Amino acid sequence: MSSTSHFPEGSPYDVETRQRLEQDAKEIIARYPKTRSALLPMLHLVQSVDGCVTQEGVNFCAAVLDVTPAQVTGVATFYTQYKRRPMGDYHVGVCINTLCAVLGGDEIWDALSEHVGVGHDEVTEDGKVSLERLECNAACDFAPVMMVNWEFYDNQTPETAKRLVDDLRAGRPVPPTRGPDSLCTFKQASRVLAGFPDGRANEGVQAGPESVVGLELAKEKGWEAP
Amino acid sequence: MGGAVTTLTPVLTRNWDQADSFTLAGYERDGGYSSLRQALTMEPSAIVEAVKDSGLRGRGGAGFPTGMKWGFLAQGTGKPTYLVVNADESEPGTCKDIPLMLANPHVLVEGIVISSFAIGAHQAFIYVRGEVLHVIRRLQQAVAEAYEAGYLGTDILGSGFDLELVVHAGAGAYICGEETALLDSLEGFRGQPRLKPPFPAVAGLYGGPTVVNNVESIASVPSIVGRGADWFASMGTEKSKGFGIFSLSGHVTRPGQYEAPLGITLRELLEMAGGIREGHELKFWTPGGSSTPIFTAEHLDVPLDFESVGAAGSMLGTRALQIFDETTCVVRAVSRWTDFYAHESCGKCTPCREGTYWLKQMLKRLDAGQGTEEDLSTMNDIADNILGRSFCALGDGATSPIHSSIKYFREEYLAHFTHGGCPFDPAKSTKWGA
Ligand SMILES: Cc1cc2nc3c(=O)[nH]c(=O)nc-3n(C[C@H](O)[C@H](O)[C@H](O)COP(=O)(O)O)c2cc1C
Ligand code: SF4
Ligand code: FES
Repeated sequence: MSSTSHFPEGSPYDVETRQRLEQDAKEIIARYPKTRSALLPMLHLVQSVDGCVTQEGVNFCAAVLDVTPAQVTGVATFYTQYKRRPMGDYHVGVCINTLCAVLGGDEIWDALSEHVGVGHDEVTEDGKVSLERLECNAACDFAPVMMVNWEFYDNQTPETAKRLVDDLRAGRPVPPTRGPDSLCTFKQASRVLAGFPDGRANEGVQAGPESVVGLELAKEKGWEAP
Repeated sequence: MGGAVTTLTPVLTRNWDQADSFTLAGYERDGGYSSLRQALTMEPSAIVEAVKDSGLRGRGGAGFPTGMKWGFLAQGTGKPTYLVVNADESEPGTCKDIPLMLANPHVLVEGIVISSFAIGAHQAFIYVRGEVLHVIRRLQQAVAEAYEAGYLGTDILGSGFDLELVVHAGAGAYICGEETALLDSLEGFRGQPRLKPPFPAVAGLYGGPTVVNNVESIASVPSIVGRGADWFASMGTEKSKGFGIFSLSGHVTRPGQYEAPLGITLRELLEMAGGIREGHELKFWTPGGSSTPIFTAEHLDVPLDFESVGAAGSMLGTRALQIFDETTCVVRAVSRWTDFYAHESCGKCTPCREGTYWLKQMLKRLDAGQGTEEDLSTMNDIADNILGRSFCALGDGATSPIHSSIKYFREEYLAHFTHGGCPFDPAKSTKWGA
């Protein structure tokens, strides 16, 4: 299997980890009318333990969902959020879809990639930062947009982008612009994606400034729906 | 609306400036969940009728009448009926559902409970793209709060109606926004489109009758129930009723979300947004995301409703108004969108898989000034071969920027050949550039 594998081998789960994963898996499976629907959240779950999808994780998903490892692999390789090697503690994305690219995303990418010394889907040697060229992240009114561990960092410039990564590497906290009060790790983020809340929904703003420009104008002008 | 000044109509966005807008307490303070109480006293069929009468059309892009879609649900199949909310929002330029769910997740949850009651679904899902962690937290919390308050679960508010709601995070794939690919993904498979018919209304999730609706469509339902179909229909144009969120991005003075009646024009919206950024002028724009043919300054007065935008040669889509000024190279813009389609093509059908690949290669060459006028015809031909021949609408969408840019900006393509490369300075288009 391993010679043709798409994923790193991964170390075998110890008894405690496996028990916890089995418990989580049960909870995930119980959400759905059919077991197989649990596969996407299960893959997020194994990423929350391993930092990426490993062969061990694939085999675990296959075992609890009663499908073959090949079937799990076929799904895991289809989606870009499932990583084939461990990403950095801070997985940094720069939106390079047209709108953001034109407004400066391309410049940010070039500057950041050079500054950090890694390219798309690569990780720094200290394992702290990985970079990804992102497609539109539904935040175009905040362009140019960056994401770290899937939290929003809006309205970036090459300078703020470099400073952001420097701060993260130096352990200086930088809260997202629309997100919780501090960043969680890629693994912690993956656990939320698997459907296990981390209790941080109340943190951060309800909306960014751009989200309310229309509402503010309406209030100023006294405009309302009839 | 004839002649009168169009004004904004905040409904879904109305509470977004309240710090606790996303909490149950904040939402209820504003009258939240009163429409649900009302709906539970109605006949389900009366709710479907009200949504039909309101004229609400799908806000996810295609504009299919929502009430009619609900009316198509297969009856007596012996299989459960499902409601699936499409919260995948990944069409380039589209950025309305994400801020909506961040600031006001409860209006979506209330809409889901009412809509499920109307169509007889006891299980609903929100399929949300996975790259928006804080939005997912807000959804998870709103759903938990709604269970706690008795708005979800068994015997909702003593009505005897039961509903389970699951927040399901995707994992990064634009194609999963296509409704049948979304269903495959939700079933735990690769997200690839299914052959239609059967439509989801007949055989959808797990083969059961299924309604797939956009976030904004479902979030509009509480106001229709609470304030009436006539109220909703009093806004908008004859065949495009109601309000919608218009998302302005790019080279405008105040980009952001503007909730207005359908039929408002870009000229009016730009006026509200402070115009094109200082010292520049409008060059081209998308009315509804990258999959809708681009417009130019000659379309400033096209009413942004389904019919008028269609008649002018594009599509209303998701009201994702991406605005580019004269510093922007249209070839670069189209080339980047084409990279996106090539990357996101699921590979199931040949016209799209091969066509987007070739378009991408050609545009790279053209942008570098290594093309000929002949290549423009070739690109049009490749696009013609995708349009209408591909398995799902992703392929069709990929052709929109190609056809429309060649139509309006042929000279600019040619300028790349004569110039031996791109004649534009990308630094000028940046937010910090001049
Ligand atoms: C490639 C592709 C991506 C799509 N992405 C989305 C999306 O992110 N959100 C959405 O609501 N509809 C999307 N759609 C449209 C859906 O297929 C479907 O028409 C829509 O969810 C129906 O909801 P509505 O009638 O309420 O608009 C997409 C379609 C295609 C072809
Ligand atoms: S048109 Fe493209 S995305 Fe749609 S089924 Fe064909 S290959 Fe897949
Ligand atoms: S293009 Fe970057 S967020 Fe939409």
